[in-house]
Amino acid sequence: MGRQFGDTVAFAWPARECGGALVGPGVLVMLRLIARRLAIGVLVAFTVMTLAFLLTRLSGDLAISIAGPSATQADVEIVRKAYGLDRPLYVQFFAWTGRAMVGDFGQSYFFKDSVANLIQKRLPITLTLGLVGLSLALVISIPLGILAALRENTWIDRSVTLFTMVGQAVPSFWLALILMIVLGLQLGVLPISGTGTWQHFVMPGIVLAFTAIPALTRLTRSGMIEAMASDYIRTARAKGLSRARIIFKHALRNAAIPVVSIAAVQLGFMLGGSIVIETVFALHGVGYLGWESIAKNDFPVVQAVVLVLAVFYIGLTLLADILNALLDPRLRTG
Amino acid sequence: MSALLEVEELQVTFGGRTAAVRGASFRVEKGETHCLVGESGCGKSVTALAVMSLLARGGHRSAKRMSFAGTDLTSLSDREMARLRGNRMAMIFQEPMTSLNPAFTIGSQMAEVLTRHKGGSRAAALDRAAELMGRVGITAPGMRLGQFPHQLSGGLRQRVMIAMALMCDPELLIADEPTTALDVTVQAQILRLLANLKREFGLSILLITHDLGIVARVADHVSVMYAGEVVERATTAELFRAPQHPYTRGLLSCVPVPGRVQRDKPLGSIPGVVPAIGAGFAGCAFRSRCAHADETCTRAIPRRPAGDAHDYLCRLAPDWAELQPA
Repeated sequence: MGRQFGDTVAFAWPARECGGALVGPGVLVMLRLIARRLAIGVLVAFTVMTLAFLLTRLSGDLAISIAGPSATQADVEIVRKAYGLDRPLYVQFFAWTGRAMVGDFGQSYFFKDSVANLIQKRLPITLTLGLVGLSLALVISIPLGILAALRENTWIDRSVTLFTMVGQAVPSFWLALILMIVLGLQLGVLPISGTGTWQHFVMPGIVLAFTAIPALTRLTRSGMIEAMASDYIRTARAKGLSRARIIFKHALRNAAIPVVSIAAVQLGFMLGGSIVIETVFALHGVGYLGWESIAKNDFPVVQAVVLVLAVFYIGLTLLADILNALLDPRLRTG
Repeated sequence: MSALLEVEELQVTFGGRTAAVRGASFRVEKGETHCLVGESGCGKSVTALAVMSLLARGGHRSAKRMSFAGTDLTSLSDREMARLRGNRMAMIFQEPMTSLNPAFTIGSQMAEVLTRHKGGSRAAALDRAAELMGRVGITAPGMRLGQFPHQLSGGLRQRVMIAMALMCDPELLIADEPTTALDVTVQAQILRLLANLKREFGLSILLITHDLGIVARVADHVSVMYAGEVVERATTAELFRAPQHPYTRGLLSCVPVPGRVQRDKPLGSIPGVVPAIGAGFAGCAFRSRCAHADETCTRAIPRRPAGDAHDYLCRLAPDWAELQPA
């Protein structure tokens, strides 16, 4: 069954004819690919941990900033000892990484709560926002890209291009404020801040979607234009297939390959980059937590937020690679 | 014999200006192999695509008459035309490496032709696909069905294309330079295969090629194209025996024939290149390269009969053979 792995059009040719083996070469290639990407992912995560640790130390003497501006030299020394900042850097580093491996990121200096708890509480908000944003982005940009490609060089195509350019140029905080004024205040159809109901995620979702829509639309458009001009589409037409089948099966399947992988990476950007949007809409997600902690020198939280976002990013990149291999048989079969 | 495909005065323009085909006329009889032959850019592929309604965007075709098995192709809607394509008229292309969709299995791509036109289950369509793959000389068809195009060689892919074209048992197979991208031994195999299939399936084949060697081997009738026109039509034997159009003669003199090529005599060649034909062009398109051209060649050129099913487009009478170059 390995050969049919990921072939969306269920194709059930009996395995006996495929050489009889239950595990086809496709599955092995896939497993090797996943293993390699995972190993790279672990290395990247470790690098990020190192950087996050070192950069927080580079931002100044942590003991001084924790103790506050009115603290005396003696206070600072007490703080330094209490927080273990008097130990050599490598001891601090391995103590932190060792605990981080088992999910213990220490205590927040500011929130009087464990860092793990803080992130656990905030993560669902950021994830919800990211998924809403990405779904909206895909729902808008893929049909728009297909439409533009099929009407290449017409006013429709040009309008779509203009839309993506404007979308790219508009800062998300500005778009957020405009939406708040129009949808929230003038029309009064959506709440303008907070996280109480699903409606609270609509406006931030739209704004976040706009960070990905231009790239995804253009990618869909160029992929579809390339696919529609290809020899295999000419073959599909020569076969007398319906226009819908030619566009949505034969062309889109090939055009979707880069779109899917970019979308996964975009979700990573969205999770990490939603700080502005979370702030504007008072969504207390991970991005906002990171921002607060940087401002307050709550460095265990900063380190953990950076690491968690990086791990998500690595995971999504891995997911993109796997999806790519599933969509493109050339990547998974010898 | 009645004509399966009749094309009269086919015109194809791109963007309303460039004339790719300028009044091409030919007939493909039932059960015969008809060759469209000519050099690159003469409009032979465009002619085939126009018959199939597969012209690229911006391409516009018109014809005095274009009928397939009694159906007027010019009056069909896109939808009706799609119902014919792949079903009663099929086409294979020059580039077997890129003509199959890289994302789907061979079996899936073959099966959808049958289910689209004839309905029926996917399993039945896959059985048919496996049977046809066997018929076109693909070993282990069951295994091939589950493979993807990139796992197959060029020759195999062209065989898959041929088998796919036969899924619905078409009456006409249009083959656009099907062997050009293949190496010589595979070329010979594919040509032999096409000849066999023609017999077995009662196919009519419209074969497009620039290779006179292929024409001599497989064609029953030949139409020689030059600059978007059919300049000479004849049976293959007649064309090679008594070519009439100066262009046809020029082409034939370019072919080295073992035993007839003399060591100190150069192989023939046609001077110059195919001219760009703009709007308002009149007369013979070959005149700039023709040794026999005179001022009458700038006027309308008559189509002259030169025997049974043989005619050509030239001011010169059939007995011009003894004429010395002007």
